[in-house]
Order: sequence, then C-alpha cells, then structure tokens
Amino acid sequence: MIESSLRLLELIGKYMILTGRVLHVSVRRPPNWSLIRDQMYNIGFLSFGVVAITGFATGLVLSAQSIFQLTDKGLAAVTGIMVTKGMITELGPILTGFMVTGRVGAAICAELGTMKVSEQIDALQSMSVNPMRHLIAPRFIAAIVMFPILTVFNVLMGVFGAYLLAVYFFGMPPMTFLSPLPDNIENFDFVVCFVKAIIFAVIIVTVSCFKGMNTKGGAAGVGSATTNSVVLNYSIILIANFLLTLGLNLFHSKFWGGGL
Amino acid sequence: MIKANKLCKAYDDIVVLKEFDLEIKTGETLVILGRSGVGKSVFLKHVIGLEKPDSGSLEIDGVTISDLSGPQLYQAIRNTGMLFQGGALFDSLTVIENTSFYLDQHDDIDEKEIEDRAVKALEMVGLKGTEYKMPSELSGGMKKRAALARLIVYRPQILLYDEPTTGLDPIHAAQISDLIVKTQHELKATSVVVTHDIPSAITVADRVAVLHEGRIIFIGDKEEFIGSKDEMIRDFLEKAIPKGVNPYG
Repeated sequence: MIESSLRLLELIGKYMILTGRVLHVSVRRPPNWSLIRDQMYNIGFLSFGVVAITGFATGLVLSAQSIFQLTDKGLAAVTGIMVTKGMITELGPILTGFMVTGRVGAAICAELGTMKVSEQIDALQSMSVNPMRHLIAPRFIAAIVMFPILTVFNVLMGVFGAYLLAVYFFGMPPMTFLSPLPDNIENFDFVVCFVKAIIFAVIIVTVSCFKGMNTKGGAAGVGSATTNSVVLNYSIILIANFLLTLGLNLFHSKFWGGGL
Repeated sequence: MIKANKLCKAYDDIVVLKEFDLEIKTGETLVILGRSGVGKSVFLKHVIGLEKPDSGSLEIDGVTISDLSGPQLYQAIRNTGMLFQGGALFDSLTVIENTSFYLDQHDDIDEKEIEDRAVKALEMVGLKGTEYKMPSELSGGMKKRAALARLIVYRPQILLYDEPTTGLDPIHAAQISDLIVKTQHELKATSVVVTHDIPSAITVADRVAVLHEGRIIFIGDKEEFIGSKDEMIRDFLEKAIPKGVNPYG
C-alpha cells in the first residue's frame, strides 16, 4: 500500500516535471515553425470532421429531448437557450476533448511509444536534439492553439443541429429559438468555454506524451500505454471538468457580479 | 580520451555495472565483448549521456559527462555519435531526411550542401538509389547501413557502435565491419564497438576488452586476446569460432 502510494507520487512528480519542462521549452526556446504547423494540421485540421459530426449529432439529440420532455410543460421555448448554454459551457469542450483524445491523444502516445521502444528518442538525444523541443513542444503549442478553435466549431455545429431540428422538423418559429439567446448567453460562458478548452488541450497533450515517453516493452508495451493514456485522459478530463465548473461558477458568483 | 571511473549502475535489484573502470585512448578502436546482459550497451549509453551512473563518473577529454544535463550535456556530446542496435532510423522520415537530420538541426549550411553530403554518405555505405525510400521499405542490413550513413555524415570524433553486425548475414556483417574500419581511418575518430561477433571484432579492433559481471576482466590488443589463457575468454572464443578456422580470416 505504502509502496504503491509512493510509486503514484513518483509518477505524478515525473508528470509535473515533464509539464514544467514543456512549458519552459515552449516559452523560452520555441520549436521550428514547420514542426508546429505540421502538428496544427494533424491535431486541428484533420479533427474538424469528427468534431463536426459529434457536435451536430449532440445538438440534434439535445434539441429533440428538450422538445419531447418540455412541450407538455409549456417550456419548449427554452430549447435554444438550453442547447446553446449547454454546448458552450459543458458539452462543447468535453466532446471536443473526448474526440481529440481518441483521434489525436492515442496517436501521440502510440507514435512516441514506438519511437521510445525502437530507440528513436535515444537517437534524437544522441544527436544533441532535445526531444522536449523537437517532439513534445510542437504538439503542445499546436494543441493550445487549435483546441479552442475546434471547441468553438463543435459548439456552432451543435447549435446549428439543434436549430435545424427545432425549426424545420418540430416547426418551432426561428425567433423562439434565437431571440432569448443574446439576453441569456453571457461573456462569462465564453470564458468558461475557452478556459476549459485550453486546460483540456494541456491535459491531452501532456498525458499522452508522458505515457508515450515512458513506454516500455515493445509492441505490447505501446498498446498498453496507448490504452492507459486514453482511459487516463478521459478520467482526468471528467474530473477537471467538474472542478472547473465548480471553481469558475464560484468565481463568477463572487467576482463577476453573478449570483448562485 | 574516454575514462570511466568506478561506474556503478543498477536497475531495481539488478546490478549491471560494478565499479567499472576503463580508459579508451583518443583515436583507437576498442571492442567490448561479453555475454548478453552484462552491461555493454549500458556503458555506451553512459558515454553519450543517455544514462546516469548511480555512482562513479564518466569523462570525455576531461569533461565529466555524467555530471551534465540539458543544454550543457547536448553541447558536450555534439562530437559523439552512436549507431544503435536496430538502427533507430526515424520512421516518419525518408532515408535522405534521416541522413541529413543532424546537419539540418545543427549546421548552418545551405540545403544543397546538406543534400550533397547526405547523398555522398549514402553512396559510401552502398545505399545509392534509396534516398527517397522510407525506413520500412529497407531490409535489416540496409537499415543498419542507413543508420551508419546518418552517423558518419556529421563526422563525429567519438563513434559508438552497439552490436553493428547483429542480425546480419556474414556478407553484410563483413561489409559493416569494413565500413567501420574505413570510417575510422577517414575520420581518425575514437571508436567503441560493442559486439558478440568475434570475426567482426578482430577486423575492427585495435584493443579488445571483455566485460563480465559488471567489470572489465581483460583488456589488451587483439593478439593478446586471441592467445589468452583465461578460461572464460577461451570458452567465448571456442564457441564463437569453430575449430580450425583462422580468426584473422
């Protein structure tokens, strides 16, 4: 018990050191632009499709459920607010986080893990190239830039899906869906969305890189590290989301002029 | 000169290097022989700073590599290069991109010259025509030769070879051994070769060291090694070279 707790503490310590080093390298000696650009394409551009489908489908489902559950109570008019607020503050960042974890986080872990077990990372170091700067920092910077953009796109697709279903399938007047939005969506909702997006980006890249860089034991080791990194990313994102929701709303009620 | 002073290294409870002492003179080729798992590759990784000793130190030309980390370490090993056991070519780069990688990263020379040097290095190892292939399209022997081209293109002054001929057929193994000798003569570098392959060791070595249970138990020139009466060395030689075969080829 004590031994496993110490091992867990050691792992957390190593993870914190890696995160600190990546931050330091990204700020003090940023990698070549071409490496960042390639990762922006991989992490960001290639994820637009999956993020669009997830956002759109979730918007459709939320809209349908809202109308089915609330019509008999006379509350169907809140569909627009509910879906939009839910997508901006919760579902947009979370769904994007999950999709990017599955598509990008797993690939980062598998790629770095394979490089580790086939001594490619040792080869980089033997040529005086810092793997933090060459491999991790480009992914880190690219994720921080692209993740908020993907999240906004996911939110827009969700709201668009909900609008299409509510207006063209259930016959809701467009203004019933749209007109309450300006009064009920606050700037702070966008702050929550961006803060979550950036923190999830940091989590996904650092956890995936950490698991990849610590892979041992050949192909089986790469497989197990990749699975672990995905499970760990999902778990940490969910816990972080709860803590951020709580913390940001408390901050909002105390300092932003909102109330509980 | 490379100097290991009482190097100790253990992984969990397994002691790999035990007060390991060794001096490698500038410009010589030292071959380190020994059974699998005795710490030969671990020693090479200490020389290039990939491993840190639990105690003891490792110096290169008076600089204690084992005390350095980060940018100081990268600066100190700029003139050291290593050929890894599996080649360790970068999967995502073509053969020529692998070969020119070091020059791209460190040297302030134009792209045309980098390409010319990479092509010349590939020609030297007999890989002309493979420039735009991916490492996955190469055979084991070709991967090792491409890795050797990646090493010699930046002309390091210390060359470390980890099992350069393992897994190769005798013809390719002999080619790699000849390339090591040719590179040594051309660069006048210090070379450390870790191998099990006795014919290759005899081809490339100026001196031979035998590592056993974490320590050097023999060091001398190759004639002394061949004529050694030490039971373990005799056993090693007899199993590696069939009776009646001239070890010098």
